[in-house]
Amino acid sequence: MNTNRLGRPVIDLRGVFKTYGEGEAVVHAVDGVDLTVERGDYVAVMGASGSGKSTLMNIIGCLDVPTKGSYRLDGVEVRLLNDQQQSKIRNRKIGFVFQNFNLIARTTALSNVELPMAYAGVSGRERRRRALAALDLVGLAPRVDHTSAELSGGQQQRVAIARAIVTEPVLLLADEPTGALDSHSTDEVLDLFDNLSAAGRTLVVITHEEEVASHAKRVIKMRDGMISSDRRLVAVAAPPPRLRQTTGRAS
Amino acid sequence: MNVSESVKFAWRGVTANKARSALTMLGVLIGVASVIVLVAVGTGASQSVTDTLSSLGTNTLTVRPGSSSGGFFGGGAGAGSGGGDTTTTDTGTSTRAATLTMADAEALSDPTLAPDVVEVAPVVTASSVAATYESASHTVNSTTGSTAAYLSINNDTVASGRAFTDADYSAHSRVLLVGPTVAKDLVGGDGADILNKTIRLNGKAFTVIGILEAKGSTGQIDSDDRIIAPATAVQDHLSGYGNLSSISVQASSADTVNDAQTQVESILDARHHTTADDRDFNVSNSASFLSAASSITSIFTVLLGAIAGISLLVGGIGVMNIMLVTVTERTREIGIRKAIGAGKYDIIFQFLLEAVMLSVIGGLAGISLGYLICQIEIAGFKAIVAPYSVALAFSFALAVGLFFGIYPAMRAASLKPIDALRYE
Repeated sequence: MNTNRLGRPVIDLRGVFKTYGEGEAVVHAVDGVDLTVERGDYVAVMGASGSGKSTLMNIIGCLDVPTKGSYRLDGVEVRLLNDQQQSKIRNRKIGFVFQNFNLIARTTALSNVELPMAYAGVSGRERRRRALAALDLVGLAPRVDHTSAELSGGQQQRVAIARAIVTEPVLLLADEPTGALDSHSTDEVLDLFDNLSAAGRTLVVITHEEEVASHAKRVIKMRDGMISSDRRLVAVAAPPPRLRQTTGRAS
Repeated sequence: MNVSESVKFAWRGVTANKARSALTMLGVLIGVASVIVLVAVGTGASQSVTDTLSSLGTNTLTVRPGSSSGGFFGGGAGAGSGGGDTTTTDTGTSTRAATLTMADAEALSDPTLAPDVVEVAPVVTASSVAATYESASHTVNSTTGSTAAYLSINNDTVASGRAFTDADYSAHSRVLLVGPTVAKDLVGGDGADILNKTIRLNGKAFTVIGILEAKGSTGQIDSDDRIIAPATAVQDHLSGYGNLSSISVQASSADTVNDAQTQVESILDARHHTTADDRDFNVSNSASFLSAASSITSIFTVLLGAIAGISLLVGGIGVMNIMLVTVTERTREIGIRKAIGAGKYDIIFQFLLEAVMLSVIGGLAGISLGYLICQIEIAGFKAIVAPYSVALAFSFALAVGLFFGIYPAMRAASLKPIDALRYE
């Protein structure tokens, strides 16, 4: 069932544990997870609150390190990296989309999208060109000079998506991306994800909404820090199931 | 991440909360300005004292009666106007009466015993002399009688008219030189009209032959409220024939002042039958006063600077305080930046730069304010901005920004991205 298009998987978790606290009060947030996500896949991770999905997302996003186990992101063992190298890997390989957008306040959409490239050391003109292209892709070309306070929730989330994809990361990681949006904006964001998936990007979306999960190619459910079910809806190479807008790659 | 980018982020941080940034800068501003102003006041005061002392001549000695070293500016134990003549002192009481005579002054001019002495001027003084001209009257602060040499020894020059000569001295001529204050008081205007007029001193007629160059005032003492006349005429009509109030001696150069002092002391010791232990006169050396005075004023300058430095330190703590608040307030922003790839050093640099900006902008404003304040004349002398104090204050402000910025910046950078993102 797994078609390994480019050889190595984007995400490769082996026997990952994450515990908080010590002795009697120890909490097993992630309790032995093995997970492989192939390039081009679109995975929804579901689970109730406390199921460990957020901790898993933090580990996958290199925001946190596992207590035990191995995590290879695009072939790199994250546990062996120091703080500075982790920053670099977040910058180069991962694009984050958060529930509450997390745009930098009092800063224009364009500057927000340019920011990851600024940390990557991309020159000013190139940065601007790529940021404008990314904002155009999410349909916000006319609002590049608006600050986050001047944008609606849906628009802010689209700026965040533009910021996440502008560095061409191997993984787009979204944590409850529609949790703070109305249904119209939710549809916009999910369509955008479908299109990104159809364009070949690898997406992992953490959600508790069936509606969001129904857009993914593969749905993983978590319970008590472990994977309780792993269901594939369509093949990795196939277009996402609810793709509406046809693109070149979707056939 | 290049520098201009960091500067942009830091500037955005500074301008995000303008009122708070301005108040933080105010602390540094006051610190820097006070360092500059207080050091400038100290330097100005020191300069003023040095100038005043230099104007008295750096190669002069003043011989005064009395066994202990009296005040440099004080009149000493001058002979009163109606004083009887105590010709010689007698016996070994520990405090002797004043005993400087015209003969003492003449003995100091001996070229073999005192080779380093070039000029000697006996000085008699009269106190509370009332000068009148027509209906105007003026009580003169300082009335000096001496020889023509007195003017050159004391660096006094005549602005208009002429100085009196040795011939005037010998002839007991009732001529005099007046200071600008006396001239203005008696004839009004700029005082120039007093030249060649006859004025009365305690009722005795004297002719004004010259007006002295202005010397300015030192604090409360007006150096221009004075008259100088031949000592013979002053003794005849104003002070009486008592002892001299002092003898001014000029050495051949500033280097020979100390040799000249030794020669003067040995001549007078021989004449007064005294030794270094029981002298009834003392010799003050203007060069040693000058160096003592400048070392005292420089101590005051350092003291003032140190006090101002404390306020700069307090300003620095203000910067740290605000940076800590900023870091806490922007924890989420730090989390976002770290999530999208900002490294530890990017964050440190951004916040450190922000702290440095606050202190440097405050410092520059403080320098401007310091310069402005120094344009105001304080207590009769002008504050002199010392370039070193500007450099010192500015680099101290910069150091304050770096030092007090480093802790908040480190704290910001060491936040775990996950904790920072969750922070509400």
